[in-house]
Amino acid sequence: MFGRGFTLSLSVFFTLFIVFLYGPTVSILVLSFQGPNGGLTFPMRGFSTFWFESLFDGVGVIDIWGAFGRSIRLGLVVMVLTVILSLMAGLAFRKRFLISSFLFYATISSLIVPSIVISLGVALEFRIIDDAIKVFGDNMGIQWVVDDFRTTMGLFSSGLGAQLTWTLPFGLLIMFAVFNRFDPSYEEAARDLGAGPWQTFREAVLPIIAPSLIGVALFGFTLSYDELARSSQAIGGLNTLPLELRGLTTTVTDPTIYALGTLTTAVSFLAISIFLILFALLRRRTNKPSSSKRSTL
Amino acid sequence: MKVAADSFGGIMIDVKKHSAALLSLPFALVIFGFFVVPLCLVIMVSFWDYNSYSIIPDFIFTNYHDIFYGCVKSLPDLCTSFATYLSSLKFVFITWVITLIIGFLVALFLCFCVHSLQMQIVLFLLCTIPFWTSNVIRMISWIPLLGRNGLVNSTMQNIGLTDSPVEWLLYSEFSVILAFVHLYALFMVVPIFNSMLRIDRSLIEAAHDAGASSLQTLTSIIIPLSRPGIIIGSIFVITIVMGDFITIGVMGGQQIPSVGKIINVEMTYLQFPAAAANAVILIITTLMIIFAMTKLVDIRKEL
Repeated sequence: MFGRGFTLSLSVFFTLFIVFLYGPTVSILVLSFQGPNGGLTFPMRGFSTFWFESLFDGVGVIDIWGAFGRSIRLGLVVMVLTVILSLMAGLAFRKRFLISSFLFYATISSLIVPSIVISLGVALEFRIIDDAIKVFGDNMGIQWVVDDFRTTMGLFSSGLGAQLTWTLPFGLLIMFAVFNRFDPSYEEAARDLGAGPWQTFREAVLPIIAPSLIGVALFGFTLSYDELARSSQAIGGLNTLPLELRGLTTTVTDPTIYALGTLTTAVSFLAISIFLILFALLRRRTNKPSSSKRSTL
Repeated sequence: MKVAADSFGGIMIDVKKHSAALLSLPFALVIFGFFVVPLCLVIMVSFWDYNSYSIIPDFIFTNYHDIFYGCVKSLPDLCTSFATYLSSLKFVFITWVITLIIGFLVALFLCFCVHSLQMQIVLFLLCTIPFWTSNVIRMISWIPLLGRNGLVNSTMQNIGLTDSPVEWLLYSEFSVILAFVHLYALFMVVPIFNSMLRIDRSLIEAAHDAGASSLQTLTSIIIPLSRPGIIIGSIFVITIVMGDFITIGVMGGQQIPSVGKIINVEMTYLQFPAAAANAVILIITTLMIIFAMTKLVDIRKEL
């Protein structure tokens, strides 16, 4: 539709954009295999896995593997909750209900209110809860509260909540996109054939939307695994990997940090690949008019 | 089917309504518990008092007063708060303009220059994959390129452009903006691409048949119809950059001030009410920018 010259220059622009996107990351992937005498920049002085070995021995005082494990576990919990809660809410939003428009606007706001504000709010909330528990414990004379209680803040309380305010809006928006394109005649057919609400959902709706749920899961896991700003003030005493990484940018001055970067990027790519393969498999199963589906209906 | 459902009478429909509300309950609880309540707490605590070890319920305006203390009197010199906000606004504006241009052109290419659906999906995924990797890693990946002995500096020295390394490439405003564009251009690409996909191709053919040039098609059909995507993308980029403290911290070498960083520092000193007052002003500023922007676009459409 555009002239030849214009199309060509757009293609060049797009290619440059891709180089801009990937170039820097590729350079640190390469530099993480820097020789033992090499530094933070090119040229490569040999090729080795020296910095990965140094990473496995640990980076200074920071327990990098602990942080890594926490990030993975938190990511998985956020992923499961994001899929289940977004799916339920997505189903609910197909009808109007009492607080539907308020909930919708609150969800959108949660996406665009600056992350530092949410982090501060969650931290405040848990601080006030902590204070209340301490006062309550003192007044009631509950011994363990007086002696041992420190904080309710933590990875799976405030940290989890802060990250969900980031992943749930994405999950809900995907569900909106899914149900906008969803043909309700499948449900009606199932109902006409005598299926109850649960059976209709499980055998007619779920198989059709399953590939999109994989998409929600991918968003949930990777957004959590790399999340930084919202959890920064609300994570409690033990940091996740991105938070440790941010600290390392000012203290580590050798390619160990690149090795760590390569490793966490590899985890992200592994997650993306797994989800894409699952997506493709489910997609193929739904598109093929399989005999098993016909028999269950 | 609809008629049949209606004929069950009001009670049936009410039950359905309640079940919908019930289904959304877990989602609603999380949004309330971790977004609505914390936001209200921020507003409430911004009026509280504090000392060096605790926060004290109160209703005072001291926290706001402290932020703008001496700001009006010292004009035209900028006080710290004004200077910080101005610096943030500058980053917002420059990043917004650059990401808008990139986002629009990339979406235009994907939508109108790539003709097979398969290829469109592949190229779109290629753009989105970096979004699913760590932001910190994407920031530090500029070090080997822009550092003192980085690729750009050594290349420039080798071909004789400069004698000594250029210092402003890294840990400067330049590198902050570069990182913002690198990190968030995708937030523009996706919504604009989404809007463009919805444009009816027959409109463009009609324009072409009526003798419109490519440029005319662009300005009178594609740009106006991409407006929702442009606004959504802009809101994303503006709010992220306005509240940022991590990118500015890492890429600015911890030297450049930002509102987010002030809040962050005040929190480490446990000055929650002061941080909350700054947060409220940050939200108000962000909302005003978004509001002004949507108005601006509206007015130009009216003319």
